[in-house]
Amino acid sequence: MNAQLKWKFVFIWIVLLFCIFGVIGLPNFPTSLAQLRNNVADRIHLGLDLKGGSHLVLQVELEEAIGQHCDETVDELTKQLHAKNIGFGEIRRVDDTHILVRNIEPTSTSGFRDLINSQFADWTISPAAGENNGYELTMKPSVIADIRQTTMNQTLETITRRINALGLTEPTIAFTGRSDDEILVQLPGVGDPTAAKEVIRAGGQLQLVRVADGPFGSEAEALAKYGGVLPPGTIILPGRSESAGPSQTTGPVYYVLDKAPIVTGQDLRNADAGPSPDSPGGYEVDFKLSTAAAGRFGSFTEQQAAIGGRMAVVLDRQVYEAATIKSRIEDSGRITGGFSEQSAQDLALVLRAGALPASIKYLEERTVGPSLGADSIREGVRASIASMLVVMIFLVIYYRLSGVNAVVALVLNLVILVAFMAYAGAVLTLPGIAGVILTIGMGVDSNVLVFERIREELRGGKVAAPAVDTGFDRAFLTIIDTHVTTVVSAIFLFLFGTGPVRGFAVTLVIGLIANVFTSIYVSRAIFDYHLSKMDRQAQLSI
Amino acid sequence: MELFRNVNVDWMGKAKYFVTLSLLLLAIGWISIYRTVVLKHGTLYGIDFRGGTLVYVRFAGPPPIDKLRKGLEQAGLKNSTIQGISDSENLGSKNDVVIGLEQSGSDESLDAGKQKILDVLRATFGGNLAGRPDFNSVAPSDLADNLTRRDPLTLGTKAGDSYNQLAKRLTAARDSDHGGIVTNFDQLNNVAGVTPAVINTLSSDYALSSFAIRDAEIVGPRVGSQLRHQAVWATLYALGGMLVYIAFRFEWVYGAAAVIAVFHDVLITLGFFSLFHYEISLTVIAALLTLVGYSMNDTIVIFDRVRENLRLMKRESFPDIVNRSINQTLSRTILTSGLTFLTVLVLYVTGGEVLRAFSFAMVIGVVVGTYSSFGIAAPIVVVWNKYHGGRQQGVTVRAGSAAEKRVVAAARR
Repeated sequence: MNAQLKWKFVFIWIVLLFCIFGVIGLPNFPTSLAQLRNNVADRIHLGLDLKGGSHLVLQVELEEAIGQHCDETVDELTKQLHAKNIGFGEIRRVDDTHILVRNIEPTSTSGFRDLINSQFADWTISPAAGENNGYELTMKPSVIADIRQTTMNQTLETITRRINALGLTEPTIAFTGRSDDEILVQLPGVGDPTAAKEVIRAGGQLQLVRVADGPFGSEAEALAKYGGVLPPGTIILPGRSESAGPSQTTGPVYYVLDKAPIVTGQDLRNADAGPSPDSPGGYEVDFKLSTAAAGRFGSFTEQQAAIGGRMAVVLDRQVYEAATIKSRIEDSGRITGGFSEQSAQDLALVLRAGALPASIKYLEERTVGPSLGADSIREGVRASIASMLVVMIFLVIYYRLSGVNAVVALVLNLVILVAFMAYAGAVLTLPGIAGVILTIGMGVDSNVLVFERIREELRGGKVAAPAVDTGFDRAFLTIIDTHVTTVVSAIFLFLFGTGPVRGFAVTLVIGLIANVFTSIYVSRAIFDYHLSKMDRQAQLSI
Repeated sequence: MELFRNVNVDWMGKAKYFVTLSLLLLAIGWISIYRTVVLKHGTLYGIDFRGGTLVYVRFAGPPPIDKLRKGLEQAGLKNSTIQGISDSENLGSKNDVVIGLEQSGSDESLDAGKQKILDVLRATFGGNLAGRPDFNSVAPSDLADNLTRRDPLTLGTKAGDSYNQLAKRLTAARDSDHGGIVTNFDQLNNVAGVTPAVINTLSSDYALSSFAIRDAEIVGPRVGSQLRHQAVWATLYALGGMLVYIAFRFEWVYGAAAVIAVFHDVLITLGFFSLFHYEISLTVIAALLTLVGYSMNDTIVIFDRVRENLRLMKRESFPDIVNRSINQTLSRTILTSGLTFLTVLVLYVTGGEVLRAFSFAMVIGVVVGTYSSFGIAAPIVVVWNKYHGGRQQGVTVRAGSAAEKRVVAAARR
């Protein structure tokens, strides 16, 4: 064996040991069979389709966040125009991204323009068509993009906090990449996602606001009292029937509330579920406010207590409780409303994790039971092993000793594939197994290509060594062409495909790279070793 | 051992038969697709691509389909479909049933259909749960929590991780050894670490329903069309990428021929899918991509040989060179395809229900993919060469030579 060949084998052994170590040697070097099995289970990441679990895709209602910015601007602009004494006819939200301001006093036009340009930089101003002295404000595309991005990031963070608080193992929470308003949530081992779905979806927007009036039996009744137009800065919200208090008859109730909250969920320091002292067996959520909010809340409650004012606890635009303020309240409050222990705990969790910036909607839900996953693995592995055996036996019969060489190359190919997936943390899925099958197929093909070429050369009258030489050289180009073509297509599949298609592409690329190494480099080295041991004129076993 | 030696077949002379065969296969398949889609208003798409709800249930005994159908109808799920799965040799799966529900047009929440199906199942087959959770659907973590609280092994503070491990072993035994359904707690007796106290705790805390949900899928309409769109585009981009690479390595006509050939394979396979009533799911897309890979591989091996032979054989006509190339690589083609065919056949027979549609696509695909390399891709290149220059008549510069006449005659034949 010459020096060069020796180094080849050293290199091959290093790769082999590195790969075997990657599959069974981590995280702790195995000292028992059980630990070895644990290591393998730990290193090979199975996809949900093989392991069982829940897969959810949800859509964030981004328009809502954009519309909210529009609403806030309408309120703020109204305030500013009053403050600057700029007369106007009407300010109206046209749609999520447009605001119409009508009949600006002709003398104040330049003042109006200055105001918009200096303080409402998110908007562009243009004369409104068909309006006399009317202007249309359009939200800048960059601002819209910004809101979308921020909303998506916040939603992802909030959902992550909530799921982590639920204590589920190894969740995946990520953007789908399919569409820019979708989030993927994967919960391995969760056979029934109903509870998790509720927690993820809960809005969690808590507000403490002053009650202006109410309760009313219907929205129309409330409006009628004010002659059809609500006082500025107020809003009608529905209440839970309990919020009307025990003396009231149950049924739908509505309150007229201040639009601006005194305290919001962002001001919370902590929230906890506990038994309710008022209703035996019931639960409530108690919360504590941050220091800054406590000061604000303290002075508000003191002032309201003096005049017998009322305050409402509003959660996700629903009044949970409306009560008269009896004395100054510093930094704590509670939410009641007929909670069970579980729902109170869930709400406390949601409040601690923060509110969603926009509501969400489920688009896709898949739950794979663990028994199905176990079956798929068992059947997939059994079928793969059976077919590998058939192929290997055939190769040995057909190509004799050279067939053994091919078998070694194939096994090594699989080991490298599995090890790389372990090192890269790639996930093995059912379509991934398809990738493995294609890899095996192409591995067999590479060996067959080489061997057939060598046979041709032998038939042409060459002796063993040059025949092997030419065989490998000639087949090399073909193997590179077939492999690169497939890798190119796999890369496109990875870039433009979704989950399962990507899983296929990943295993395929890794497998093909390993294949080029084993069927050209390793197989060649074994041939060379064999040739160096045998007589120059001897027959090659092929 | 050697099966093929010195084969000498005039493949290109038979090209018109190949094309006829392909057209015939395409016609059969696509008439079937036309029948399903246009005449019967059906679809080839599985739930992944058309949207809807699918619940895969395993029963402890033979599935009481009539009772199930009645229950579903009473719950207002009149358009639900119930399909038994009986053709798998896998143990126990004779008791499996798939309940399908088409997309409801209404605005109710995505999982309303699934919840209704679950309610019906629980009401009809839940057995006497009496408020206790169902052991057949408990998650390992919940089981571990319960065991830790009840402490049947009286480990006290020394319990550590033991109950977690025990819960994992118990659920693994349920899922792997009993196919997801335990009908009697005594079946768990031989799980490592299980004592009669553990069995007692389990049977007092848990009930056993006579069914287990193996898989539930709900795909909303938007996701369905999105997945469809994306699968098609990813495939087209991948084909485009291959075309460019082959065009770069050979000539563009080779790339075009290879891509047309694999396109032909995909179309024929889809036709067979319709013929045998398989649905196209995301996994099937992976199978189609695999067969694209195989077919492309086959085609390139032949083209590579053609390129090499074009350099070596200066005197022969192009169709002869293509014939020679196919014959030279025939041994390899038959071997590789034969072995691959064997592999996917094993997969088709033993791979179980989940892999059935996938391996069916592969079985058809390997055959069609191999055939298209010499039956479609090679003739396209030959025909293009005939009408657009390239080397047609070997080295025709030496006009009037005997060799040329022979070659021209061969080309005309």
